[in-house]
Amino acid sequence: MFDARPQHNDQHREYLRHRTQQFRQQVQRRLDGSLTEEEFRPLRLKNGVYLQLHSYMYRVAIPYGALTPDQLRMLGHVAERWDRGYGHFTTRTNIQFHWHKLVDIPDSMEALNSVGIHSIQTSGNTIRNVNADAFAGAADDELEDPRPWAELIRIWSTDHAEFQFLPRKFKISVSAGKQDRSAVSAYDIGLRIVERDGQRGFQVWVGGGLGRTPYLGQVIRDFLPQADLLPYLEAILSVYNLTGRRDNKWKARIKITVAERGLDVFRADVEAEFAQRRQQFSGLDQEILRDLRARFAPPEFRDAPVQGYEAARAANGAFRSWTDTNLHPHRIPGYASVIVTLKAPGATPGDMSAEQMRLVADLAERLAHGDIRVNHDQNLVLPHVRKADLPELYEALRAVGLATANFGKITDIISCPGMDYCTLATARSIPIAQDIAAHFRARGLEDEIGEMKIRISGCINACGHHHLGHIGILGLDRAGVENYQITLGGDGYETPTLGQRAGAGFPADQVVPAIDRLVDAYLELRESPDERFLDAYRRLGVAPFKAALYPADA
Amino acid sequence: MSKGFTPSPATPGVITANDLRMGHCVWMRDGRWTADPRAAELFEDEAIAELALLDAVSQADLVVGPYLVEAKRGADGRPEPAHFREAFRRSGPTHKHFQQAEAEASHV
Repeated sequence: MFDARPQHNDQHREYLRHRTQQFRQQVQRRLDGSLTEEEFRPLRLKNGVYLQLHSYMYRVAIPYGALTPDQLRMLGHVAERWDRGYGHFTTRTNIQFHWHKLVDIPDSMEALNSVGIHSIQTSGNTIRNVNADAFAGAADDELEDPRPWAELIRIWSTDHAEFQFLPRKFKISVSAGKQDRSAVSAYDIGLRIVERDGQRGFQVWVGGGLGRTPYLGQVIRDFLPQADLLPYLEAILSVYNLTGRRDNKWKARIKITVAERGLDVFRADVEAEFAQRRQQFSGLDQEILRDLRARFAPPEFRDAPVQGYEAARAANGAFRSWTDTNLHPHRIPGYASVIVTLKAPGATPGDMSAEQMRLVADLAERLAHGDIRVNHDQNLVLPHVRKADLPELYEALRAVGLATANFGKITDIISCPGMDYCTLATARSIPIAQDIAAHFRARGLEDEIGEMKIRISGCINACGHHHLGHIGILGLDRAGVENYQITLGGDGYETPTLGQRAGAGFPADQVVPAIDRLVDAYLELRESPDERFLDAYRRLGVAPFKAALYPADA
Repeated sequence: MSKGFTPSPATPGVITANDLRMGHCVWMRDGRWTADPRAAELFEDEAIAELALLDAVSQADLVVGPYLVEAKRGADGRPEPAHFREAFRRSGPTHKHFQQAEAEASHV
């Protein structure tokens, strides 16, 4: 299988071998008492190793969500050999293994390195995993493939000496479609590939971020010529590195820097720095980009008649429903991108077993040009599948519980691990997601409700992106009892909006009834089945939905 | 949560941490560590608890992040968690898929 990414070259392998050897020695020195926990902690975090509620958690980067079959198989192997047989995909398109033992992590790391993947910069105050559209290279509305740019940013940012000790962590997302599918407004830097007067460039967003003080990003440069990307990113990072607050962890993200200093002041500093930085770039980055573009060349698409596909749709209602829900338009006729949702009824959002990983890897190799993506919604995507192959793919996925037809529906819920795993959490998330999904599956309302994004976070750090949910749920500890606040009207994409808190929180056992009342109100109030919950909320405002949530106050 | 907690006969406490090598939760009893939360020592005296916590902190070659946290004395005299976070640390993840997987694994 051809691997498009330069991660597999000898230099990269040597770099990973060296880093893993270094970490192996650090673990050994911690175990023999040469390093204290205070000394060891920042070293393990730099390698993605957290200590959570019940175990060590090992976070592995999946740059821009792209995986080869060999890599997915290896993730399955790691899950089985050193964890409990499954992994958890996150909204940042990383994978987390929740049951690693410290003594095993160097071996696990070495195994991952053998297929070019690693955990460097998955924690710490550095530039983290770069995100991009999961339909990159396939979407019918794409201006150009964003992956070469995302890979260029990954190469530039990995071990970038100047940016290893930023005030706080830093996240970058790249979008290339006419529709934003990468939530650029929610990132420290969001990049949208745009076209102006026939020229390609980037619209640059800065200062987005969720957490305890959520901000949507603002456009700092409406049009940046493509060749200026890296010097401009360096200018932003450099200004942030010097002016970002280091006195208070909760005010150290760039969103606060931009908000406190004002966009215009921040922009002026960035532009001045950019003028200097630009001169330092010799053009090597553009040479690398040309090489990357060649490496990310599209697969050799094959024509195939679609009659079989149409016949299967006509004959099999479940298949038809899956294709109606879980396909995304492809730029090549006769092809589709397939969303493999990890949200089967009763499943844990984002979890995938080793067996499922192996099967999807095999299917991708056989039916999907060997290309697999992880998307922002904790699902997998097979970006290039011939429609003629969809019936076979569907049956194979169905056999291992991966053909749930619910992409974008009320049961396709984003959930952070919450207090079932996370040491920062103030309440559980996963059981709430499971209860909501089970309830609406039982009511058979998924298709009737249509697009509905429910997102759940187990604390104010907002890893479940609850602020961006049409319905957001935030779990808190209220006097020793789990309590859940509901926010309404959030959106992370084309019309970015932070959800507004509806009112007092609900105890855990009242969350499903509250969402149920909300959904019933929406079904009653909508103008037509085409009016999404979000659209109805925007048309009507919060009042009727608040009345549904809190009938005693109405 | 444990910050500022002072054990007393009315609000006893336990000392807990994570095992350095394996990561799992452990509880202190007689200066040693056990994976059985019901075997944890209940501290009702502030001074004794503080000394035990110092001992726990000194065992950095065995555990990570020891802390003193409120517990309840159960009907059988053994410790019970006072807060849901500690209950989840004892029980492991509570969500259905995990519980099912654990149950299936135990039947293999």
